[in-house]
Amino acid sequence: MSNVTQDTAVRTSTFTRIFIYGLLILFAAYYLMPLFVMIVNSLKPLSEITSGNMMALPEVWTLEPWRQAWSKAQIGIEPTGLKPYFVNSLLIVIPAVFISTIIGAINGYVLTKWRFRGDTLIFGALLFSCFIPFQIVLIPMAIVLGKLGIAGSIPGLVLVHVVYGIGFTTLYYRNYYAVFPTELVRAAQIDGAGFFRIFWRIMLPISGPITVVSVIWQFTNVWNDFLFGASFAGQEQPMTVALNNLVQSSTGVKEYNVHFAGAILAALPTLLVYIVAGRYFVRGLMAGSVKG
Amino acid sequence: MANNAGQDDFQTKLQNWLPKIVLSPSIAAMVVFVYGFIAFTVYISFSDSKMLPSYDWIGLANYTKLWKLSHWWVSITNLAVFATLYIGICTVLGLSLAILLDQKIRGEGMLRPIYLYPMALSFIVTGTAWKWILDPGIGLENTMHQWGWESFHFDWIKDRNMAIYTVVIAAVWQTSGFVMAMFLAGLRGVDNEILKAAQIDGASNWRLYRRIVIPMLRPAFLSAFVILAHLSVKSYDLIIALTGGGPGRATEVPATFMYSYTFTRNSMGIGAASAVIMLMTIAAIITPYLYAELKEKK
Repeated sequence: MSNVTQDTAVRTSTFTRIFIYGLLILFAAYYLMPLFVMIVNSLKPLSEITSGNMMALPEVWTLEPWRQAWSKAQIGIEPTGLKPYFVNSLLIVIPAVFISTIIGAINGYVLTKWRFRGDTLIFGALLFSCFIPFQIVLIPMAIVLGKLGIAGSIPGLVLVHVVYGIGFTTLYYRNYYAVFPTELVRAAQIDGAGFFRIFWRIMLPISGPITVVSVIWQFTNVWNDFLFGASFAGQEQPMTVALNNLVQSSTGVKEYNVHFAGAILAALPTLLVYIVAGRYFVRGLMAGSVKG
Repeated sequence: MANNAGQDDFQTKLQNWLPKIVLSPSIAAMVVFVYGFIAFTVYISFSDSKMLPSYDWIGLANYTKLWKLSHWWVSITNLAVFATLYIGICTVLGLSLAILLDQKIRGEGMLRPIYLYPMALSFIVTGTAWKWILDPGIGLENTMHQWGWESFHFDWIKDRNMAIYTVVIAAVWQTSGFVMAMFLAGLRGVDNEILKAAQIDGASNWRLYRRIVIPMLRPAFLSAFVILAHLSVKSYDLIIALTGGGPGRATEVPATFMYSYTFTRNSMGIGAASAVIMLMTIAAIITPYLYAELKEKK
């Protein structure tokens, strides 16, 4: 009667197992449904969406909505499509991720291997900054970016994302380096290796897994950011802001198929990163959030 | 000789100072951009700033005004409803999925990424997708009609009283898989020997989970709560993309309130006051948690 599998402690009957599989598949359908709707409807002509069924496959398959979304759709006042905004996002994301990850690695190294009085307090203050609602910094940030002459520019947004990213990257590297034996660092020190030499030769070579986590985390956060982009980007808007402008624009017919294609374009980089390296991301995220 | 010793001394001193020097830019950035900015916004909340920041102190006037605004009451009521349902449903759904997935499921490797991928998406993308799925004209309602369920009626997104629940639907879709992963990690840490011993004693599966496994997941519950609570206070993008705060003001939350008062309604002082209240709400949740975490480590 009961189906005892070898290595799980909890025994369940065949009937229960069928029920469990049914539920799990049902939820898989729930999570996949919006993606399915987006993809299917981005490949239909508009008439099929307004008169048809959102779950139905296209009768006429077309890539025109994708072309529209990428290079022709009206965003704001210019019919440029999402392409230039996609490029903006890349120009913001790449330096922001690179800089914040390097800083995080060095901070983590200092906070675990070169401890000093008050370092826990500094780490605590840095950690708290990860959670602040960014509304609290919007007003002064707008003023400071203006004073620095980088308001409404890509370097301005890079600065913003680096500043509010180093809390998380430091957290990741600190937790990762904390379990690395400090004796090895001390031994290298006695052999005459200096601060940077130890970092380059001992710490960095073991940092692969956590760097993957930090890069993915920062990439997704910066790419998906909307608040800072909407507040500080000026004309150099990132992809999320442009997509929102496209979808919310009140002029003309609502081209749902173009909106869906645009939404997938905006989601594609993070989805790709997730598909390629998601396993490491989750593993590292667990290490970061459950262990603290 | 003496010269050499002096140089060594300098080298040692430099090595001692180097870690602090290297850390100092981050500390400076944090002091200015996080804590300095917080102090500045707090100051603005006590000033009569309108369209531009002003430094004239007016005491608590902005806060008194804020708490008299029906717009603000709508926002915090919505946040309370949203946060309660969002945290509750994500936790129950995440825990259930994790327990189900932990039953030696074939194909777990395929299911897990399916549950998790929404968290890789931007809230703007999630909002765009759900906006049209929930739209009665082209979305779910229309689909059900086409499939022959003529009386099916689902227009919450256009209904002032129900619209906030559509935000919950989309937000749960986005985050529940992530909560599942947190619980799954916790479940994998539970010692199987304890479970086997309890089963030999004749405990049913239900009792086993309720009495032994779930209490052992306390740290995962705590982390999930802290993450979900702070996400719900910060939620802004999803509401902008899904409902834009509407219909009317039906889905306004403090984050959208702050933005519109500060940047479009020329009431920067009131906007700043609302931001301070958001920060205090999050601080009340986060600080004890961080304190406990950091203390434990020592």
